Amino acid sequence: MKKLLLTAAIAAVCSGAVNAADYKIDTDGAHAFIQFKISHLGYSWLYGRFNTFNGEFSYDADKLAESEINLVINTASIDSNHAERDKHLRSADFLNVSKFPQATFNSTKIVAKEGDNFDLHGKLTLNGVTKEVVIAAEKIGEGSDPWGGYRAGFAGSTSFALKDFGINYDLGPAASTVYLDLTVEGVRQ
Amino acid sequence: MLSNSATRYGMISIVLHWLVAVTILSLFALGYWMVDLTYYSSWYRTAPYWHKSIGILLFLAVGIRLLWRLATPTPAALSSHTLLEKRVSRITHVALYFLTILIMLSGYLISTADGRPIAVFTWFNVPALGELFPQQTDIAGAFHQYLAYALIGLTVLHALGALKHHFIDKDTTLKRMLGQSAH
Repeated sequence: MKKLLLTAAIAAVCSGAVNAADYKIDTDGAHAFIQFKISHLGYSWLYGRFNTFNGEFSYDADKLAESEINLVINTASIDSNHAERDKHLRSADFLNVSKFPQATFNSTKIVAKEGDNFDLHGKLTLNGVTKEVVIAAEKIGEGSDPWGGYRAGFAGSTSFALKDFGINYDLGPAASTVYLDLTVEGVRQ
Repeated sequence: MLSNSATRYGMISIVLHWLVAVTILSLFALGYWMVDLTYYSSWYRTAPYWHKSIGILLFLAVGIRLLWRLATPTPAALSSHTLLEKRVSRITHVALYFLTILIMLSGYLISTADGRPIAVFTWFNVPALGELFPQQTDIAGAFHQYLAYALIGLTVLHALGALKHHFIDKDTTLKRMLGQSAH
């Protein structure tokens, strides 16, 4: 019996060691950003961000393909630094936040590329529409933080057509595509 | 006569009444139309700019009107009016003022939540107080919209009342507000 318990304990420790570590995205300290940019008339970029979101990821540098990430974004928290525009963005013309208060991203597959780069495949749900997207991602770094924790951070970007997610308001031909930049820093749990 | 008497409206009250009436109806029509303008419409920026500018000027006009009410007597209701008519019209008048003021205040809150002032044409800016409560733009926007519907509904009631007095009762209620003597 003792031997069995010991075996189980060793197995548990070992499996813990080979499993990817779990990280909680540091939204409490705002070391994570979900920003977008979209062309204004083809003449300049408009930047905005989502202020409220949360998520977690599992990550092991040696087993990148087994890593995964899940994000939940509060769409009403969209902030383009203009109250009237944000009201319009929350309306049914764009994000329809009263009907679809959340956008989500759930990774499905990770494909390693050169160096610290990888393609993060996943399902993005926005405005009630779920589509496959690929985020071109890069590990920025990982290590101990000065306050006794352990952190890992990534940046990624993707783009998609607004109409792919049922957003059909006409902002002009140059503004059909929105570019998304995500920077997440996780604290190991 | 500029000033009111106990039986008739003076020119200042009459002009203010019709000025406010025409402005409210215009702002409602403009607002109802402009919220559905497409991004490439040449009115997309101009219409809200006019709506806000005129709205602030209306606020000033309503303020002057209320001060004028204090400064000059309000003509008594015609003695031919029933008690019910007097009560309903009294409530309607108070509600018209009340709604108008709430709509203007909520409009101010929509546009100033991010600290941007409201430009009144190129003449002057009304400073912002910033975000006074969470989701200010959306909440104020909903109030602005539905209170405007209520105000227009009440305005229709108010106008129907005036027309009823004019055409059915054949009294001088409407004529008094057109500057004619009560006799």
